[in-house]
Amino acid sequence: MIPTAAKDKPLNDSPTNADPTAPQRRAQRSTSSLLAYGEPMLWLTGGALTICLVMIIGLLVLIFYQGVSTFWPAPLVQITTIEDRTFMGEVTREEIFAPAETVFTQLAPEVAEQARRTVAANDGTAHRWLVRIGNFELTGDHFNWFSDFMIRDERRPEWAVTVERLSWGRFYGIPAAFLVDGAVVVDTSAQAWQRYKAHHGEIRKRWRQRRHLETHAIGKLNRQEEAARLDMRTALLEHGPDSARYAAARERLETVQRKSEIETAQLREQINALNTENSRYQLRLVTADGQEKNLALEEIVRAFPANRLSVTEKTAIYLSRWWEFFTDDPREANSEGGVFPAIFGTVVMTLVMSLAVVPFGVLAALYLREYAKAGPLISAVRIAINNLAGVPSIVFGVFGLGFFCYFVGGTIDQLFFSAKLPSPTYGTGGILWASLTLALLTLPVVIVATEEALAAVPGSMREGSYACGASKWQTIKRIVLPRAMPGIMTGMILAMARGAGEVAPLMLVGAVKLAPELPVDGIFPFLHPERSFMHLGFHIFDLGFQSQNSEAAKPMVFTTTLLLIVIIASLNLGAVLLRNRLRKKFASGVF
Amino acid sequence: MNATHPDSSKNAKSTIALSKPGPNGGISDRLQVIANGGSVPAEIHPAILDEDSVLDIRNFRLWYGEAQALFDINLSIPRGKVTAMIGPSGCGKSTLLRSVNRLNDLIDSVRITGDMILNGRSIYEPSVDVIELRKRMGMVFQKSNPFPMSIYENVIYPLRIDGERSHGVLDEVCERSLRGAALWEEVKDRLHESALGLSGGQQQRLCIARAISAEPDVLLMDEPCSALDPLATNKIEDLIDQLKGDYTILIVTHNMQQAARTSDYTAFMYLGHVVEYGPTETLFQKPLLQETQDYVTGRFG
Ligand SMILES: Nc1ncnc2c1ncn2[C@@H]1O[C@H](COP(=O)(O)OP(=O)(O)O)[C@@H](O)[C@H]1O
Ligand SMILES: [Mg+2]
Repeated sequence: MIPTAAKDKPLNDSPTNADPTAPQRRAQRSTSSLLAYGEPMLWLTGGALTICLVMIIGLLVLIFYQGVSTFWPAPLVQITTIEDRTFMGEVTREEIFAPAETVFTQLAPEVAEQARRTVAANDGTAHRWLVRIGNFELTGDHFNWFSDFMIRDERRPEWAVTVERLSWGRFYGIPAAFLVDGAVVVDTSAQAWQRYKAHHGEIRKRWRQRRHLETHAIGKLNRQEEAARLDMRTALLEHGPDSARYAAARERLETVQRKSEIETAQLREQINALNTENSRYQLRLVTADGQEKNLALEEIVRAFPANRLSVTEKTAIYLSRWWEFFTDDPREANSEGGVFPAIFGTVVMTLVMSLAVVPFGVLAALYLREYAKAGPLISAVRIAINNLAGVPSIVFGVFGLGFFCYFVGGTIDQLFFSAKLPSPTYGTGGILWASLTLALLTLPVVIVATEEALAAVPGSMREGSYACGASKWQTIKRIVLPRAMPGIMTGMILAMARGAGEVAPLMLVGAVKLAPELPVDGIFPFLHPERSFMHLGFHIFDLGFQSQNSEAAKPMVFTTTLLLIVIIASLNLGAVLLRNRLRKKFASGVF
Repeated sequence: MNATHPDSSKNAKSTIALSKPGPNGGISDRLQVIANGGSVPAEIHPAILDEDSVLDIRNFRLWYGEAQALFDINLSIPRGKVTAMIGPSGCGKSTLLRSVNRLNDLIDSVRITGDMILNGRSIYEPSVDVIELRKRMGMVFQKSNPFPMSIYENVIYPLRIDGERSHGVLDEVCERSLRGAALWEEVKDRLHESALGLSGGQQQRLCIARAISAEPDVLLMDEPCSALDPLATNKIEDLIDQLKGDYTILIVTHNMQQAARTSDYTAFMYLGHVVEYGPTETLFQKPLLQETQDYVTGRFG
């Protein structure tokens, strides 16, 4: 390097005394630096790209593997410890660790000695397994660690059954008997299991029927009553307590109440009938440590003899778990069951957000690019918009809560829902406010992308349109916007990707842990933009960090993350396909 | 119209007097004067005064910001004829052409003085509806600029923006214009495909079809063939021949042969000034000025 630099010196003088230095100059130029050949830069840039790719692919592979394997039915192991206690459950995780001395001091002296010897033989390290032991109401634990030096015996009992229940988490045991009306009908594992399979389907059907009656039929009666009560309150507020209208409304409410009382009683009867029929059937399970437990079949969502399954049966269970995951409501503090409300909430919120942000963003960009005269003010506006993109999203959440929920929503409540006050209708978080908050958050993305797309429309096309006698708006509508559409779609895609993955602001403006009702349903007026909703991103946060049974929720975190990624990717893919179709339409084939 | 005649005839007389030493006196005194910022009256052949003029350009000056691009332009464009504008690049041909349909209004920095009279009515009066004005003119640009839509929609664009809905009318106009632009046979089976899939020459003819679809009074063409191969150029020159008579055509070209072949009248411009303006044949064979002679024979420019 240094010699080259030294030789460079005369080079600078050479232009003045032209001829004699010319051949020399050529000789000097032939010594190129290593950098000039480009190899180091190639390695540097390529290396950077590789590191990025490895990290991204690693993350995706981890999420994909964990997410996809969550629902595969695991075999059941029965472990007997050196302290003569027996447990049964699914192995969820394993690791190598160095046991501290305290581990041994907790043990009885004679077994502690044996354990110390085992560990010492392994260079002071031990292997341990995290086993989901379930049976929470009996053990008080969902999970337990078992170290290799603690295990005396390990088996896979043939008839061990995994039971997924409506509450209390999973139950692991061996079928001992099948009971009808509290009396044992059969008392071997195989027969009990046979009976279980025969009855479970119909019982679940009755259970679903009951749930439907409880939520829909009784809910409908409640709503009618509530509507009549609201009418009465409105009449009271608007016409006073002595008015004829109020009296009429009160009359109506009483009629409705009488009618609904009768109908509710009928429904209750039906529900009770279903309940009684269902509670006749029970499955008796014996746990690994010999305790007996009668489980009502109605309580059982899914049960299978984990160690007896063929691959086909495993696959069937795997798929049925996925199906449940996609279509069902969550249960057990979200750590079991499905995420359908969250999927629905995420998709609806993202779509509403796009519907809000794209028109606004495009109009704003049109003004900035097409109508406004370039000047310091417009530059300032542009800088402000770009800075908006850098504002932390939680700030938008706070703004959305203050402006949309409390101010706009509060005003709407006072104007249109005063009868319901003080309980808020629009004056609290809801899917509409969440969508608008995210629309605000993603507005800069759309504006910037649209502006770029508009700027990329060739001036010659605009001139051609003007020369045909088109007005400015006609030119924009017919030439500029169609031509810029692929770029605008890019903006929308970016906005959707940003918005669908955003969680922090949602916590303030309407995403909740569990929303019993979807924002779109069959109840008039069908769209309920004021309802709070579930969101996959928030669901992930809730599962991973707010759950009491976090170890059980962990696999669901991965599955839900995978689902969120897939949903965002497919929303984007849809938009990308749409954009490509537009692009193709405008694909230029000059010459 | 009448108002311009005395003006331009005066110009003509005075320049004849001035040009006497010209033909034999060295390289282009006039161009030297112009280049030094002086002003020389245009040499306008009397033959033009006999024509019925559709467009009169009077004392037209134009500035881009501080830079003046056009100096005292006085031209009268004959009805139903092809008038060519030639001159070295940067001499203001496009600027002049774009001033005729006020396309220069789109550029914020442009200022003008003087006026243009189209069919007896001023173009630059404040009361003029620019959109109406442009509807009476068609323009073809140097670089073809088909719109990102189908061939059909491209051709009928001027009618679409007028709100014409009748399919009968639109179909008829589309076919007539495409036939007029000698493109019908090539595209009649793919009218509803994207115009951007056409070849360069086809695209330019499509732009011509678009320019004539609303039957304008004046057709403005800014170097319509400069980006085309000889075959496509031939087609477009034939086209200009056919259109002449029905339309008044104002064409800018940097190609002498093209000007000679296609036009009836030619204006030679230099650095924002009209130097000589007359019947094409005269201008190319025995121009009044040595400068013009030099330029058309390719001795400079
Ligand atoms: N938009 C513009 N802004 C500023 N100056 C321009 C603009 N367009 C053209 N000019 C200048 O005006 C002069 C004439 O340009 P133009 O009419 O395009 O010449 P021609 O078409 O004869 O080649 C040139 O000096 C050019 O630099
Ligand atoms: Mg030009």
